[in-house]
Amino acid sequence: MDSTILATIVILTLIGIVVAVVLFFVAQKFKVVEDERIDKVEACLPGANCGGCGSAGCRDFAQRVVAAPEIGSLFCPVGGNEVMQKVAQVLGREAVAQKKMVAVVRCSGTCENRPRTNEYDGYASCKVKAALYSGDTGCRYGCLGCGDCVAACKFGAIRMNPETGLPEVDDTKCTGCGACASACPRGIIELRTTGPKNRMVVVLCNSKDKGAVARKACKAACIGCAKCQKVCPFEAIKVENNLAYIDFNVCKLCTKCVSECPTGAIHKINFPEKPAAPVEKAAPAAVQPEVKAKEVTV
Amino acid sequence: MSKQIVSPAPHMHSEFSTVRLMRDVLIALAPAVLVSLYFYGWNALLLLVCSVVTCAAVEYLIEKFLLKCPVTVKDCSCIVTGVLLALNLPPAAPWWIAVVGSIVAIGIAKMTFGGLGQNIFNPALVGRVFLLISFPVAMTTWTAPQSWFHSVDAFSGATPLALINEGLHSGSTVQEIIAANPGLTPAQMLFARAGGSAGEASVIALLIGFVYLLCRKVIKPHIPVTIWVTVAVMTGIFSLCNPEAYTGPLFNLFTGGLMLGSIFMATDYVTSPMTNKGMIIFGVGIGVLTVLIRYFGSYPEGVSFAILIMNLTVPLLNKYCKPVRFGYGRRK
Amino acid sequence: MITFKIGGVHPHENKIAREAAITPLASPAKVAISMAQHLGAPATPVVAKGDKVLVGQVIGEPSGFISGFVHSSVSGTVAAVEPRADIAGNMVPHVVIDVEGDEWDPAIDRSDSIVREITDSPEDILAKIKAAGIVGMGGATFPTHVKLNPPQGKKAEFLIINGAECEPYVTADDRLMRESPDAIVIGAAIMSKVLGGCKCKICIEENKPEAIAAIQKASAAYPDIEVLKLKKKYPQGGEKQLIDAVTGRQVPSGALPIDTGCVVQNVATSYAVYEAIQKNKPLFERVMTVTGQCVPSPRNFRVRLGTPLSFVLEAAGGVPETAAKFISGGPMMGKAIANLDATTQKGSSCLLLLTEEQTRRKPESNCIRCGKCTDACPMGLEPWLLNKLSRAGGQYDALEENKIFDCIECGCCLYTCPANIPLLDVIRINKAEVMKIIRGRAKK
Repeated sequence: MDSTILATIVILTLIGIVVAVVLFFVAQKFKVVEDERIDKVEACLPGANCGGCGSAGCRDFAQRVVAAPEIGSLFCPVGGNEVMQKVAQVLGREAVAQKKMVAVVRCSGTCENRPRTNEYDGYASCKVKAALYSGDTGCRYGCLGCGDCVAACKFGAIRMNPETGLPEVDDTKCTGCGACASACPRGIIELRTTGPKNRMVVVLCNSKDKGAVARKACKAACIGCAKCQKVCPFEAIKVENNLAYIDFNVCKLCTKCVSECPTGAIHKINFPEKPAAPVEKAAPAAVQPEVKAKEVTV
Repeated sequence: MSKQIVSPAPHMHSEFSTVRLMRDVLIALAPAVLVSLYFYGWNALLLLVCSVVTCAAVEYLIEKFLLKCPVTVKDCSCIVTGVLLALNLPPAAPWWIAVVGSIVAIGIAKMTFGGLGQNIFNPALVGRVFLLISFPVAMTTWTAPQSWFHSVDAFSGATPLALINEGLHSGSTVQEIIAANPGLTPAQMLFARAGGSAGEASVIALLIGFVYLLCRKVIKPHIPVTIWVTVAVMTGIFSLCNPEAYTGPLFNLFTGGLMLGSIFMATDYVTSPMTNKGMIIFGVGIGVLTVLIRYFGSYPEGVSFAILIMNLTVPLLNKYCKPVRFGYGRRK
Repeated sequence: MITFKIGGVHPHENKIAREAAITPLASPAKVAISMAQHLGAPATPVVAKGDKVLVGQVIGEPSGFISGFVHSSVSGTVAAVEPRADIAGNMVPHVVIDVEGDEWDPAIDRSDSIVREITDSPEDILAKIKAAGIVGMGGATFPTHVKLNPPQGKKAEFLIINGAECEPYVTADDRLMRESPDAIVIGAAIMSKVLGGCKCKICIEENKPEAIAAIQKASAAYPDIEVLKLKKKYPQGGEKQLIDAVTGRQVPSGALPIDTGCVVQNVATSYAVYEAIQKNKPLFERVMTVTGQCVPSPRNFRVRLGTPLSFVLEAAGGVPETAAKFISGGPMMGKAIANLDATTQKGSSCLLLLTEEQTRRKPESNCIRCGKCTDACPMGLEPWLLNKLSRAGGQYDALEENKIFDCIECGCCLYTCPANIPLLDVIRINKAEVMKIIRGRAKK
């Protein structure tokens, strides 16, 4: 009996030693040398794998950052400057601060503003609908309302408003990854930087139709009248293809255009209810009012 | 003019719908149900009602309160499960057996996987096998209950397969057992025979259901026919080699749940392969396993286990048995 | 009786307009002729506002290899050359003409006589077909002269004339075959001459016995033309399915029909070829069925291209109260119309009106894995799997592996699905995506 136990112990021990030695050499042979900084950088990242940075997930981004000589334009829109600061610390490099971007749905075609001309009865996907026809309203450019952007958002920052039939972005949750913008077949969603307190002045319309056509399809359409362009003291607004566009890098949030717009297509977002606040915002930037909109865009 | 509708093509739909398919299965089961009621009377009815009601109730409660998703009781699939389960029970079983079986069938075998279309195993069979293993006495007590129209005194109530199994164990040959039991001739089994599960009473009633399903294009014949052919060929070979120890093809085709299982359980959409090739492999597998379990297993009946085992292979069969593609091979 | 081997469905045929003889529809006061009536690049308008045009005069010239001529269908003054919405609401260049009288180009032979003798050489015929702006009139609108001109080294063995008309409701081809069988047969003979004198098979489904009899009678004098009776099954009129049914050959995946030695042309195309070659008449009118159970009087019209659909509807008794969906083409592959002000085109074989009850999609439920879509698919695909992979998102490799690019978008899967899953909607969009990836790879 004793010898059996002894033999068992000896054999098992021997097997253990042999296997351990084999494993050691195998592990040596197949060892993958990887920069340990990649793990450290990855640990700093949000880990959502959203692809908003243009890389195929957070680890890929970490590898690219580590491999690149400078951080430069590599930026994690989800983590923002804070995370990039941490990444820069790990790597001992300079982070380039970038402004926070949020998604803006450039369409005001609510059920009320934009009457439905027919009813879509296919698979509820904007992509399918856009490939089929011009949509269930008179506007060929507006929101299709099937919620591809909602499905694309990994942060729960967009939801459909059942009353308006339009998606709404929650600025506090939006990370600016741009997934919704690329999901939208109409290209309605744009990433924009925001001013203080997430304030923005935006043309919420995407219609390139001529004024009369656009207006007929939707009460809140931009009709390309260019009144906003004339009133803007900073040349931030350009009208192209019957559609006004406010350059968020130039706009000083003076909101003059908002009251000028005849259809109400220009919206101020996250401004307090009282109209007193924006005036002082515009004041410091108003030092160069001499350039008026003399250059009419084609 | 009503509001203009726009959608991608096609703009019309066939008459098929899930409800219609399930309703057709129920209609196809009707002859078997009627025969079971004729033979076993009130208790069979009680079992049927208990299992159908429990199945529907369990599905409703889980969807309404646990999953909080749309309730799908109306698609009738749970009723099919309930009826199939009732037909798989011994007609004398107590009512709570049906209730427990239904809870397992719907609650565990179907809803845990995500409801209709998501389950891996046939729910009714899971219910039956659960009962068979958990309550072996209740599930193998074959005393026939009182019928409305029919005196059952002439029948022993035990299943033919159990009779054979016991007889072989006590040392008699197949021929002796059949000679001793007048209910075991093929003709008797084909038309009507009391004994065994409620749904096994009449092979003809099940075949009528099979023909109906084929006519209504609910199922394709591939699975049942390959099961029958496989069982017939295998048992034929075995019984030719040793007719004293192994029962013959006709006996095996007409006994036990083979007809019920092959027509109604093995063809369950969700748990059977989608392509003809897959269906044939599936059918052969069930046939082989059934014969092996019947001849060599400790249970006298093997169809349930055979189907459940083959259910496991369905994802694999779907992956590797592709339909014949147009424009590949058979080039000019 | 012959038919194709894989899949297929049997929708109710509903050919309710089959006994309505073809009646010419008067021109409206104004037509808008689309420059994109064919597959490929839209034609370039060659008229300007204020120009006077005659019936049959060229108003658009091809702007690429796969493109085509467009002719005026009326006489009058060009009112505008501008983008207008097509049936889907997308903007396409149109030539708008104010109709004045009905003055035809004098070169067109307007007599009723049948011209049997084919005098032109194959090269001349091809040039004439191109100049007449003839395209595949079954709905695909592929330029006919391109199809009749096989690439170097490939020879046509069979010319298959497609009279299957497997789409429910549509009766335009049926009527044309019954009323002008001689023209169709001569058109087939002309095309067969272009293809080097190949054998010609005119294929008609069994549910059109009068058409079969008429064509048989008309083709009796032509030993190379054979009339085949096909079993009724959708999508018999699909090019690949028809070749399979007739010759037993399968067009290999990614290849063209000519690779199996076949050229398929629609009967209406054959008729148009006859008119172009023997009567010198370009393609500016076609037979169009206006049908549906809710239509007061289902009709077969000979319409001038560019006629507003609303005008056609008016002629068939007006828009019924109950009509909910307007379809250009048949119910299986036709396009739903969003804009009734759009006009008729070379490919408009039918204007179908369905009621809400007939066409409204039922809510989707869980896939019960019944495999009916797999059985119905004429290409041997697994629509349920393609749907599952598509919805998972980004599974393009798996989709390619499962041959999504072979889908012919016939709609059998969606038609048959008991769970009402919008299989084809999902597959179509992902097929486009996979094709894009494949093309991108080919470029590299």
